[in-house]
Amino acid sequence: MTSFALSPERELEFEKILARYPNRQAACIPVLHLCQEQNGWVSEDVIKWVAERLDLSAAHVQGVVTFYTLFNQQPVGKHQVWVCQTLSCALAGADRILHHCEKRLGIHAGETTKDGKVTLRTAECLASCGTAPMIQVDKDYHENLTTEQVDAILDRLTR
Amino acid sequence: MLRQTKYLSKHYDVPDGHRLSVYERDGGYQQAKRALQMSRDDLVTEMKAANIRGRGGAGFAMGVKWSFMPWPPKPERPHYLVINADEGEPGTFKDRTLMEKAPHSVIEGCIIGCFGIGAHAAYIYVRDELHLSKERLWGAIEEARAKGYLGKKPFGLDYPVEVYVHTGAGAYICGEETSLLNSLEGKRGEPRLKPPFPAQYGAFGMPTTVNNLETIAAVPLALEMGGDAFSKLSSLHDLKDGGCRLYGVSGHVKNPGVFEACVGLTLRELVYDLGGGVKHGELLGVIPGGSSCPIIRADDMVDAPDPKSPLHPWHGKSALDVPMGVDTYRALGTMLGTCCAIVLSDKTDPVLAFHNLMRFYRHESCGQCTPCREGSAWLFRILDRMVAGQATIEELDRLHEIADNIMGNTICAFGEGTAMPAMGFLRKFRKEMEQYIRTKGKSSTGVLAP
Repeated sequence: MTSFALSPERELEFEKILARYPNRQAACIPVLHLCQEQNGWVSEDVIKWVAERLDLSAAHVQGVVTFYTLFNQQPVGKHQVWVCQTLSCALAGADRILHHCEKRLGIHAGETTKDGKVTLRTAECLASCGTAPMIQVDKDYHENLTTEQVDAILDRLTR
Repeated sequence: MLRQTKYLSKHYDVPDGHRLSVYERDGGYQQAKRALQMSRDDLVTEMKAANIRGRGGAGFAMGVKWSFMPWPPKPERPHYLVINADEGEPGTFKDRTLMEKAPHSVIEGCIIGCFGIGAHAAYIYVRDELHLSKERLWGAIEEARAKGYLGKKPFGLDYPVEVYVHTGAGAYICGEETSLLNSLEGKRGEPRLKPPFPAQYGAFGMPTTVNNLETIAAVPLALEMGGDAFSKLSSLHDLKDGGCRLYGVSGHVKNPGVFEACVGLTLRELVYDLGGGVKHGELLGVIPGGSSCPIIRADDMVDAPDPKSPLHPWHGKSALDVPMGVDTYRALGTMLGTCCAIVLSDKTDPVLAFHNLMRFYRHESCGQCTPCREGSAWLFRILDRMVAGQATIEELDRLHEIADNIMGNTICAFGEGTAMPAMGFLRKFRKEMEQYIRTKGKSSTGVLAP
């Protein structure tokens, strides 16, 4: 048994997701997203819950979770900041943006600030090449960035 | 000759251009309604005449792909249409504009596509990162359903169609059609062996067509104009490469962005006329269509003395003046890919650019095949040493060997997608790499962003 449970609204969403597919397994990734939205990360409890509800083995769900970069395998900060560092962004100065974030937050990419507010991560191409450099903060894109604009964004997050 | 068009991007700058009311004002959904009343044969014939080459990279003829579906569909083996909107190729960002600014053309294309391949459900596979794209697509689906264009009786006609958005979870490999199907089925996104091809054994083990998002968005337009007229927009109509498409340009240009033009635009037009010219110095090279396409140097000349070569008309001219087409670019030793170019100025360091790309491929290899998993990591390790001033000339030769050993030895094209740009950089920038090794990493400009 698992101690994880979806909220009633998300339980409705869960049923809607299932209805889109001819079998339960296909709902695996969308349902993991749904759970992560609520829990912040995919814990062992979440994996067990998804496996039970979708008639899958926990090993299968675990395999899916570890394959994709967007599933957090450990707790993360309240906000997630992704810095795209692939070629188009790099040509526009993504390295400067990343170093600036690291200096400002006092952490390396991959780490979370001590107060638990921000997790800084690097991303491989976020399909925003024409508006580089860019960062993604939670669900929002911030494009054509200067270090001053990055400061303003981080100020809002760490306040 | 620069021939910009405004068909696919018609509503890009219109307020509420993503809403049904705007789309319908200009005849939206009329083609879907018409298609559902055509015979399947007529529709596929029309699509074949349109010569829409897949906009996702491989450039396969869309109409021909549709015709591969088993016919007639068996009730116990339902067909599926799957739309690839994974948009993960570095340098590529065109599909995002369609999803955000013209989602209804995608949905209308899906209805026509479903009918053309005998499917009743379409799944649009979108990267999870693209939150606005997902929201706009779902919004368009809901608007269309409310109007009765989707569901059990679209337009009151007896052909049920449902369209769903399915999200990925951050894996470039899921842009490969068979790993996309595995991901859609709730598995790790590892590519499958082909054959069997998706047309026989695709999503959920059923016959499936996988089309790129821009490809399907062009379908209503091609039907409205008529296949032949649509194809003839292109200057490469005779090479069966028809219509208009979206071009992206990023990197060191003054005016990066997505532009729409007839097929057959040249790289020079894309970089200078649409991209506004090179920023920070002169043109060093261009990666033509996403990072897996081998780089073209600004001083590359076309060598095609054989009159039978598709490149012969440009023999002795600059490679920048060759029309961007699937076959012309293949003949040029590179690929057209997604038609989204990355521009490098001569103030940037090509070795660092190569290093950056190989880090990407090391990160994104799914790990299923040894040559790709180990090879991509090995390529990156050597480049890492080169950039740090620790590599030797023998290691430079080893890069060739490793890339050569990835080619043709993997389940999917990701291996080639790693090895081909590597070989391109090695061929075109050998001198710069040798210099890096001789000077222990001191040479060249030493920066990516001037």
